[in-house]
Amino acid sequence: MKNYYQKEIETASREEILKIQNEKIVKQVKHVYDNVPYYRDLMDKKGVKPEDIQSVDDIHKLPFLSKDDLREAYPYGLLGTDLKKCVRIQSTSGTTGKRVVAFYTQKDVDMWEECCARAIVAAGGTDEDVVQVAYGYGLFTGGPGLNGGSHKVGCLTLPMSSGNTDRQLQFMMDLNATILCCTPSYAAYLGESLAERGYKPEDNKLKAGIFGAEPWTEEMRQSIQKSLGIKAYDIYGLTETSGPGVSFECEEQTGMHINEDHFYAEVIDPKTGEVLPEGTKGELVFTSLDKEGFPLLRYRTKDICILSRKPCSCGRTHVKMTKPLGRSDDMMIIRGVNVFPSQIEAVLLKEGYSPNYQIVVDRENNTDTFDIYVEFSPEQFSDKIADVQAREKALNGAMRSMLGIGPKIHLVAPKTITRSEGKAVRVIDKRKLH
Amino acid sequence: MAITQLSAFLENRPGTLYDAVSSISDAGVNIRALSVADTRDFGILRLIVSDVEKTKEVLSDNVVITQTKVIAARMSDEAGALKKILKVIQDTGVNIEYVYAFTSSVAGSAYVVLRVNDIEEAEAVLARNGIETLSDSDMTGLL
Ligand SMILES: [Zn+2]
Repeated sequence: MKNYYQKEIETASREEILKIQNEKIVKQVKHVYDNVPYYRDLMDKKGVKPEDIQSVDDIHKLPFLSKDDLREAYPYGLLGTDLKKCVRIQSTSGTTGKRVVAFYTQKDVDMWEECCARAIVAAGGTDEDVVQVAYGYGLFTGGPGLNGGSHKVGCLTLPMSSGNTDRQLQFMMDLNATILCCTPSYAAYLGESLAERGYKPEDNKLKAGIFGAEPWTEEMRQSIQKSLGIKAYDIYGLTETSGPGVSFECEEQTGMHINEDHFYAEVIDPKTGEVLPEGTKGELVFTSLDKEGFPLLRYRTKDICILSRKPCSCGRTHVKMTKPLGRSDDMMIIRGVNVFPSQIEAVLLKEGYSPNYQIVVDRENNTDTFDIYVEFSPEQFSDKIADVQAREKALNGAMRSMLGIGPKIHLVAPKTITRSEGKAVRVIDKRKLH
Repeated sequence: MAITQLSAFLENRPGTLYDAVSSISDAGVNIRALSVADTRDFGILRLIVSDVEKTKEVLSDNVVITQTKVIAARMSDEAGALKKILKVIQDTGVNIEYVYAFTSSVAGSAYVVLRVNDIEEAEAVLARNGIETLSDSDMTGLL
């Protein structure tokens, strides 16, 4: 078998993994308690001392961290080490506009990239491969993560970033890309674009794709596999824990192996916080076992999923998680970007609009559509079309700078947004994602 | 003299124009002139009516209305009348936002409604060039 990046750890016995986890968690909790006052306060409030954590079986005693904590502690409150030791930040949008900023030491970057390398190798990648990274680069973790992983494997890396479809297709065909990394909706779009240009699925050299950062269905997988002539692998991750590569799919395509030597996963009841047994649906919680820059303990992802320890034919022993089956909060993922209704509300209020709005998300031709209907007040109404359109454009700009993606704004008359039982329906998500 | 124009925001779906027009006519108000500007999502109905207050009263429950001053300039019944009006306004540097026209049964009278960015300047230049404009009281009486 050559399909592992780090065979020894990826196929380690349960006992070996537990041994590694236990050693790391004791050290990590002590380090966080001593270096992260914000979390020390939470532990003190709960009456938990570092000595209470002797193994991963004690993790349930620790307090949770949520996105609200990240906002509260922004920007440095959860920093786990001297800023001088940090070499990178990545960022994602938060609940009410404050972004999540995660810090990485060089060791953190290496660990993250190794996780991505495991995913690439699991998808059949070797140093002979040409990896086209069409995730966004920059603050978003998708591009940098897979880019780093591809380097670690020794693949020829095409750092395409997202968009510019003509150039993507040109490089894909001319440089014989063999592995494509991007969001599943963009993969589907590239498949269609190839067909439109008269290419058949067998005309490209791609053999695999590693797709994540947004929800996708099994049907979508089948259609991408067919249109590009590849095997499509899922990958999962979040900026708060590192980025993509927290878990990844193997050739069995029946769930994503979580890199348990770095991340301890629990599934909890989102209402009570109680830890649920394996095989039960609940909210995924991650404890970072060895992150230095941004060492989150018991971070609530709000992603709903199921863990399974059933043996996998690929030989990997790490626990598998299902694709996220939903969210325990109101976050939407639109074109790969996290969007909270509270962010939209904040922009509307700031721009002088009433918070009467409706978000409509749909998927057309495998691309998310994002429309916001906003009620204007009588004073904001003008007899000139250009004025109304200028308002829509300004609001689109304000949304774009808050969210990172621009919705189509539709100003509508007061009292026209549908209210059910007096309460406005804020979000209509017509996509069939789960 | 400027006249009062009412503008109503209409959603782009069947029946909105009919509803607005029928409530005005049910109230016994005459629509002297009307224009609709529309986009994919919405339309703006602009109205010159015989009774502004009554129109506001019957419409404001259902649609958003705004009131603006516009110029209604008489176009004499001869070739180039509109061209002359536009020319004298253009020469002052006043910007015309939109125009529409209507006729009245007063012999040979057609009017162009002008929405401009500087109404006083536009009126002054029209007066200097001997172009007649209407006032609100004309609208009440105009047949
Ligand atoms: Zn497997």
